Amino acid sequence: MIQAIVFFPLLGFLIAGLLGRVIGARASEIATTGLMLAAAVFSWVTFVNVGYGGGGKVHMIASWIRSGSFEVDWALRVDTLTAVMLVVVNSVSALVHLYSIGYMHEDPSRPRFFAYLSLFTFAMLMLVTSDNLVQMFFGWEGVGLASYLLIGFWYDRPTAVAASMKAFIVNRVGDFGFAFGIFVIFVLTGTVEFEALFGKIAMLQGVKVDFLGIDWDALTIICLLLFIGAMGKSAQFLLHTWLPDAMEGPTPVSALIHAATMVTAGVFMVARLSPLFEAAPAALTVVVVVGATTAFFAATVGLVQNDIKRVIAYSTCSQLGYMFVALGSGAYGAGIFHLFTHAFFKALLFLGAGSVIHAMHHEQDIRKMGGLAGKIPFTTTMMAIGTLALTGFPLTAGYFSKDAIIEAAFASKNAAQTYAFILLVAAAFMTSFYSWRLFFLTFTGKPRWGHAAEVHHDHDHHGHGHDDHGHAHGAHEPHEAPFVMLLPLLLLSIGALIAGLVFAPAFIGESYDHFWKGALFTGEHNHILHEMHDVPGWVKYSPFVMMILGFLLAFLFYVAKPHLPRELAESQPILYRFLLNKWYFDEIYDFIFVNPAKAIGRFLWKEGDGRVIDGLGPDGVAARVTNIAAGAVKLQTGYLYHYAFAMLIGLAVFVTWYMFGGAH
Amino acid sequence: MHNLLSTLILIPLIGAAFILFVPKGREGSLNNIRWIALITTLVTFGVSLLAWQKFDPTSPAFQLIEQGPWISDAIRFKLGVDGYSMPFILLSTFLMPFCIVASWVSVEKRVAEYMIAFLVLEALMIGVFAALDLVLFYVFFEAGLIPMFLIIGVWGGKRRIYASFKFFLYTLLGSVLMLIAIMTMYWTAGTTDIPTLMKFAFPATMQKWLWIGFFASFAVKMPMWPLHTWLPDAHVEAPTAGSIILAAILLKMGGYGFLRFSLPMFPIASADFAHFMFFLSLGAIIYTSLVALVQEDVKKLIAYSSVAHMGYVTLGIFTLTEQGIEGAMFQMISHGIISAALFLCVGVIYDRMHTREISAYGGLVHRMPLYAAVMLIFTMGNVGLPGTCGFIGEFLTLLGSRIANSWVALFATTGVVLSATYALWMYARVVLGKLVKPELMNIKDLSLREAMLLVPLAILTIYFGFHANAILDVVSVPTEPLLAALKTAVGSVKTASLVAP
Repeated sequence: MIQAIVFFPLLGFLIAGLLGRVIGARASEIATTGLMLAAAVFSWVTFVNVGYGGGGKVHMIASWIRSGSFEVDWALRVDTLTAVMLVVVNSVSALVHLYSIGYMHEDPSRPRFFAYLSLFTFAMLMLVTSDNLVQMFFGWEGVGLASYLLIGFWYDRPTAVAASMKAFIVNRVGDFGFAFGIFVIFVLTGTVEFEALFGKIAMLQGVKVDFLGIDWDALTIICLLLFIGAMGKSAQFLLHTWLPDAMEGPTPVSALIHAATMVTAGVFMVARLSPLFEAAPAALTVVVVVGATTAFFAATVGLVQNDIKRVIAYSTCSQLGYMFVALGSGAYGAGIFHLFTHAFFKALLFLGAGSVIHAMHHEQDIRKMGGLAGKIPFTTTMMAIGTLALTGFPLTAGYFSKDAIIEAAFASKNAAQTYAFILLVAAAFMTSFYSWRLFFLTFTGKPRWGHAAEVHHDHDHHGHGHDDHGHAHGAHEPHEAPFVMLLPLLLLSIGALIAGLVFAPAFIGESYDHFWKGALFTGEHNHILHEMHDVPGWVKYSPFVMMILGFLLAFLFYVAKPHLPRELAESQPILYRFLLNKWYFDEIYDFIFVNPAKAIGRFLWKEGDGRVIDGLGPDGVAARVTNIAAGAVKLQTGYLYHYAFAMLIGLAVFVTWYMFGGAH
Repeated sequence: MHNLLSTLILIPLIGAAFILFVPKGREGSLNNIRWIALITTLVTFGVSLLAWQKFDPTSPAFQLIEQGPWISDAIRFKLGVDGYSMPFILLSTFLMPFCIVASWVSVEKRVAEYMIAFLVLEALMIGVFAALDLVLFYVFFEAGLIPMFLIIGVWGGKRRIYASFKFFLYTLLGSVLMLIAIMTMYWTAGTTDIPTLMKFAFPATMQKWLWIGFFASFAVKMPMWPLHTWLPDAHVEAPTAGSIILAAILLKMGGYGFLRFSLPMFPIASADFAHFMFFLSLGAIIYTSLVALVQEDVKKLIAYSSVAHMGYVTLGIFTLTEQGIEGAMFQMISHGIISAALFLCVGVIYDRMHTREISAYGGLVHRMPLYAAVMLIFTMGNVGLPGTCGFIGEFLTLLGSRIANSWVALFATTGVVLSATYALWMYARVVLGKLVKPELMNIKDLSLREAMLLVPLAILTIYFGFHANAILDVVSVPTEPLLAALKTAVGSVKTASLVAP
């Protein structure tokens, strides 16, 4: 069955990718979506079998790389952690396939779109089922490729093309760390296969490695290198810049790749390698600091963004930070639990945003929306459910997982525990604020769209036929999306509402051990799951209070007194610009990396190659030779003869030497 | 058949002779010439498959050996193959039909001479990889440059004279030094038999000088930084098929040379020079990647990227580890496939627009979706994406370099970021974006002939990416004894310092 789960999407990709032009768009949609739905059903069966039944095993497929003692196999590893990821990936992917039938229905390149979606799913499945680091790296870069293709799906837009490149290259920086971590692991342990590697951890305890002239604790350096990879893929602080730009891709893509699945790969990786990270407390501290910083930083930026998708993108970035704090605190179950619930409500929010964008004829600026609740009530309800779950309203999915993380951050014995706790609570407040700000600006108040807004339409989004649904602007009222788009919303909303309640006992509660069966490793002295239940009451209530405060402030700003935000922004221009420009990361990176790289490249080319090497070498000599040879013979044949002549002379010298001198 | 290898060398020459006798100027004679060349190369490929059939990849010994008297008793005509040379022979014979078909319509002047040059070149290339005598190797190695020289000089672009001159100057310098080294070796060992020399222990000091002599030739051929500047010019001026052979086969002769001669014959010197080679390899990977970033000419960009990829090869070889060396072999074969394909891709658009300026293109995907798809596969292969063959070689050589030295590995691994940057940026500027340039409005997608060239290469790129053992199992067989001998020669003290992390 696991083979079917993994290879159905590949089959879908091949059908839509190779035959898409022959069989047409409709058949491609049906083939890919049908295969995905089957894979999703099988995934749930596997999830129940493995999680609540007898556990999984490793299925060998073939040998991939064999070089000396370096051996890598293609294999499918199924345990509870994999099963959770299978459910997340395939459920969201199947629903996004379904949704895309409606969302993309006027795009001429639909076979290509569905092929990419299925390719992505296949790569993601290879990642989560891998039994060794190299196959994980294969999936890792494979999802990067799919992400690149899908962000740049509308390749006419310069911004989309630039965003797709940025995503790939920034991820490559992370992959650099990942690959390097694999090298160090192989050098130290002689294996890259998980079980064998975990068996050697005891051997690595206290081992020092010389790395770049410094003696490092072996386990710490390994974990830190791998974590660089996780930071890239999961858009953590410093390597986050690609994620907001990735919103240039079609909205279903944002829901699938840049919210529910691919960006959680970093979280998955740390959880998968929990035996390794548990043995490296220093690395865990780094994980906590990076996670908390990201959660806070992204939330601050999210406060002021005006693009509906970018708000949600920063929210994703921030929530991923939460997950890393959980992992760093040793509460791997809580981290994966939040990954699981987050997939439902964040996909719901993105697909809901897609429905809004669809209704608004591809308008994404929330300042140009307003009053949509009456026009698209179903979508409004769905978005409200997503927002409740994200902000952690009691009994919704986010309530269970996010609160658990905040408690874990408090209870943890990690060195950065206070830092993380304060930042996470602050971020919870901001999350609530920006989520409700989004909701109020979009769905309540007076409409800010229609004929008045039409003049200001951003033509970048409309100049061509790809994403334009062919409606004349302003000629139609905002309208509810077709059923095939609404059904996925409905199913995801169920997950967003009840996934926390239903699965909390298994993921982080009393059935923890029976559910995970050792797929997540916790060290001997790690009792975080018990300790987080014993935190003081004010800690338990802090996220709830923050959620209420955030809601109230958003209500005040955007419903009760809508003139306040502007006044606040005007009174704090520096802070506002700082946040609006995302802490100026793009500008800083352009300044220290992008522009110098080009300048150095140009310098090396013109000065290094041109002036120094060629100038001293061939051109210098050439200048002399051509002076002599000028006008003598036709150049190319002339050189040929020179050459043949030189070679013959050489041979002649050799033979002569052999005949007269070679006295052996 | 006991003389498969000499048959392999002879068939292209016979084909070339046939072409000489095709009457010129008659109607259809050009097509006859083309067909003769194509059939000859296909037959050669078939025979090379036969040789592969007879070849036992599990044995480290030289096989399919044939020998006969030549210059003297000591300098004989001796041919044979092992796990290092067999893949290159297959690669050469496999790519040759692609070159002929790629030149089918784009070469219009002196077709007969052109085809003869290619067929002679093929014979010489097979000779290089099959030669088991040092002098014989030298003759093939140097003679192979003559047809290449002509291909660039006669059928090349506007600055072909300058390019072929540069090519000539560099290679001449290298080959003179190698010839001196060969003579010294003959003087010392009394034979030019390669298998014997591989077991011959040259004195350590002499090894150093001999190593330098061979290095001069191979480093130019690779080309290694900073001796690389002839390559971009040669590529830019060469016709498409010339670029393919240059990038896919001729560059590999340098790497092959290091593995066949420098490592087994001068093991102590190789270990001593390893850090020097690391330095040059890093220069190739980082310096030329940065230069590739700012290129304005598609072919130059791919040429610089070739230099960077060859940097991984020299890096891997001189890690003196199994992963490094096997990775280097893999990298050479995969680069042979991918660079050939990339140059074919450039040829496709050059044939249509007659320019290689990146800025002259943009938005090709609108008119050429099939082209965009295959070009994407090769671009990703160039980037070293897992699942393409470009990944395996890069990954294994970097792994080997980490075993040898962590600083080197750190700098070399930055290449994966740089390669992604220049390759994707080029792809974005040429293929993606809006189609606005009026002269591109009627550009046509791949013809059937072009698709037949590119699709098999795309399949191989992916096949070897998923089934790396198809190559690794062959090249690992000679690697193990090579490293064992190397370790004995260098001595236990030095070896220990080499493998320390």
